[in-house]
Amino acid sequence: MKPIFMTYTRGDLINLAILLIVGVVIIPMTVSSGYWYTSILIPWLCLALATIGQQIIMGYTGQLALGAAGFMAAGAFACFNLILRVPGIPFVGALLISGLIAAAFGILFGLPSLRVRGIYLMVATLASQFFIIWMIDKFGWFKNYDSSGIITAQDIVIMGKPFTSPIEMYLVIVAVVTPMTLIAMNMARGSTGRNWMSVRDMDIAAESMGVSLLKTKLQAFAISSFYCGVAGALFAFTYLKSLEPVAFDIKLSFKVLFMVILGGLGTINGAFIGAGFILLFPVLLNYIGNNVFHGAIDATIISAIEQVVFGVLMIIFMIYEPLGMAKLWETIKIKIAGLFSKK
Amino acid sequence: MTERNFPIGGPVLEVKNISLSFGGVKAITDTSFNVLEHEIRAIIGPNGAGKSSMLNCINGIYKPQVGSVTYKGEEIKKVTPNIMAQKGISRTFQNLALFKRMSVLDNILVGRKLHTTSNFMEVALQLPKAKREEKVNRDRCEEIVEFLEIEDIKNTPVGKLPYGLQKKVELGRALATDANLILLDEPMAGMNVEEKREMCRFILKVNDEIGTTMVLIEHDMGVVMDISDRVVVLDYGKVIGDGTPDEVRANQRVIDAYLGVEH
Repeated sequence: MKPIFMTYTRGDLINLAILLIVGVVIIPMTVSSGYWYTSILIPWLCLALATIGQQIIMGYTGQLALGAAGFMAAGAFACFNLILRVPGIPFVGALLISGLIAAAFGILFGLPSLRVRGIYLMVATLASQFFIIWMIDKFGWFKNYDSSGIITAQDIVIMGKPFTSPIEMYLVIVAVVTPMTLIAMNMARGSTGRNWMSVRDMDIAAESMGVSLLKTKLQAFAISSFYCGVAGALFAFTYLKSLEPVAFDIKLSFKVLFMVILGGLGTINGAFIGAGFILLFPVLLNYIGNNVFHGAIDATIISAIEQVVFGVLMIIFMIYEPLGMAKLWETIKIKIAGLFSKK
Repeated sequence: MTERNFPIGGPVLEVKNISLSFGGVKAITDTSFNVLEHEIRAIIGPNGAGKSSMLNCINGIYKPQVGSVTYKGEEIKKVTPNIMAQKGISRTFQNLALFKRMSVLDNILVGRKLHTTSNFMEVALQLPKAKREEKVNRDRCEEIVEFLEIEDIKNTPVGKLPYGLQKKVELGRALATDANLILLDEPMAGMNVEEKREMCRFILKVNDEIGTTMVLIEHDMGVVMDISDRVVVLDYGKVIGDGTPDEVRANQRVIDAYLGVEH
């Protein structure tokens, strides 16, 4: 088999093929309950896409930026307005332009990274979070002067065909997330990713090798917010099915940040693992609460347990395994392969 | 001495009247020297003599208050690490400045940055140009890996390697830039005799096979005298000796600086 991309091994391609078959053929054929799509698969893929965005800026470029939800909001409202105001704009086109608008915000709010770093940059990038939400709230134009505060998202129409059922929306998301993930991997494994990582690991040496800090950081901010913007638009149009600035508050930014840390800094598959874990863990806890303890545990306690477990995991991963669950997964795979090769 | 593949030529780098101070502390005072094409030029001196500061001035990490750097006959007005890299000057660092979480090969590949012209879109979509460039760069880096005899660790994250190997990787990264001039900041610091000998061999080999001009800082006098063509001696930020190893060895001021002098 001739590799399609030079840095990808045969194993990578087989994994990709398996994932695609499961995602596009097996899941739509076997899963019929809308719950799985609307409550798990759709938000998982949307948030994983945003996590890839956060991963690029934080995991690969090492810039501690906090404001993914702000860029997601920018993408979501840009998409809403584009579809509303530009007649006949194709959905995918609107989605891409939304990403570009979010990227423009990313460059703007990435500027402080040229001066400050670490925790100070985190504080500086928080501005994006609050500014974008404030801007949408302040100027009625963005919400089409809707006074109720919650705007219903338009239906997704591609080539004249509406995609409104859960399974259809899921397929739209898969069709967007798959190529974007591959593109992110290409960048991460290629010269672009090496530039990002060199800035992350030792900026002065990167500069001495001819890597421009200004260009590399702003590029990473732009690409990162492009991903967040597209993810935000998808999130609003398929999961929330409405547009409200409060849905993109600081909590969502933190959630995306936690997904990066738990999934593993500087890994693309970690984005999916982290997003899956953070999304599914509360579901699992609720399930245990209801089915094992038969509701004996109060719901508020369950949500408190959730917070505690996330906090503890975060600390454990930061100290012992900065590469997160993606690294654990690799280790387990190697161990299993070792078991089989012995026999 | 046998005939060199790349005979020593005219001055390629000229440092003129450099003065650098940090607040009231004078690191370098009115220092001038030159580097000839294809030579191995050493900068020696006791601790705190301003050797690393000198290298940082050439490379643009420090901005001297007075003085100029001329490279290939052109006075460089704005000296920054990035511009110097583009002019063909690469370097290694005293305290290792590798990309710790990247593999050996990836570290060396970053050295190919200036030979990479495809933009992120071309890389993202794996367009033919990006693929072709990646292949050329990888082949070149594999060559360097082979040259430095570090094939067996090329996929290991650099942070996990022992010090001596990290120094080698750093040399590899500098080589990958295909620079005409490499500044080596204490390439042999903290190495044992064996490792030092090996590093010397690589430095001589690079100079001989590729013709790269080398400017190196070193503490170990023996090593310096063996491998360099000319030596400049700094003490308290001033040049106190400049010449061939034999000349420097015979210089009374150098002897005084190194052995101390009775007052």
